[in-house]
Amino acid sequence: MTVSGQADIDETTLVAQSREGDTAAFGELVRRYEGKIFRLAQHVTQNREDAEDVLQETFMKAYEHLDQFQGNSKFYTWIVRIAVNQALMKLRRRKTDKSVSLDETIDTGEDTMVREIAAWDEDPEQRFSRDELGGILDTAVQSLEPPYRSVFVLRDIDELSTEETAEALGLSVPAVKSRLLRARLQLREKLTRFFKRKGDDAFAYM
Amino acid sequence: MLTCKDFLHELSDYLDECADTQVRSKLEAHIAECPNCWVIADTTKKTIRIYRGMEPYPIPHDVESRLMKALEKKMAAGKT
Repeated sequence: MTVSGQADIDETTLVAQSREGDTAAFGELVRRYEGKIFRLAQHVTQNREDAEDVLQETFMKAYEHLDQFQGNSKFYTWIVRIAVNQALMKLRRRKTDKSVSLDETIDTGEDTMVREIAAWDEDPEQRFSRDELGGILDTAVQSLEPPYRSVFVLRDIDELSTEETAEALGLSVPAVKSRLLRARLQLREKLTRFFKRKGDDAFAYM
Repeated sequence: MLTCKDFLHELSDYLDECADTQVRSKLEAHIAECPNCWVIADTTKKTIRIYRGMEPYPIPHDVESRLMKALEKKMAAGKT
């Protein structure tokens, strides 16, 4: 049991209580999702200060518009959508990034390039310490183009469904699927450098 | 007979286990005979598995305290 007893309460109840003005209930919702929203904001903005602004704005807006939350999607999907919008506004304001829209037409077509084909060990991540692994995985995700990055973070890191990801990003289901495939293949390729079975690259040194 | 390109196209659905049974058996027949596609499927599956286990870093203390302060202010204003 936690002191407040809030930690065990289900999300629907917390949302209902928050709507009635229960600030402790809303505080618990914030605690549940702040880490994920901050991570998402950092992935989209690639800037810590912007990510912090996005984090604050997301929960402020959520609190303000709580009566507009329909309850037919998950609360998390709803706040992700707010967070993504806030993050994109930051990017547009900065205008340094040419890929400011997640809706932009991207080449989803033909070849999903596969250049490197090498087998990995069974649990290749065990070769690295927790921190090293975190660094490798983060750097790889950061190197994806923004439209792929957001889809991958929501779908494969936050484990939203394809439909929820589409809803949160305002994309069609086929668009989510094709971007996800690209993102997964690109990451696979980037990680192969670290995870490939020792010996498989023997020729590289000859 | 499925080509490697067809296989790649279906890879996400296959790994998410939402390819229909007929497609699935064709894909499995393909990787049984194509070592490259087997490696791609296996390493992509591992990529997904490794990322899934990734918990967000705990939010930095100063960031959280600024967030809570801003929210408290907002909530207090909302009550009046």
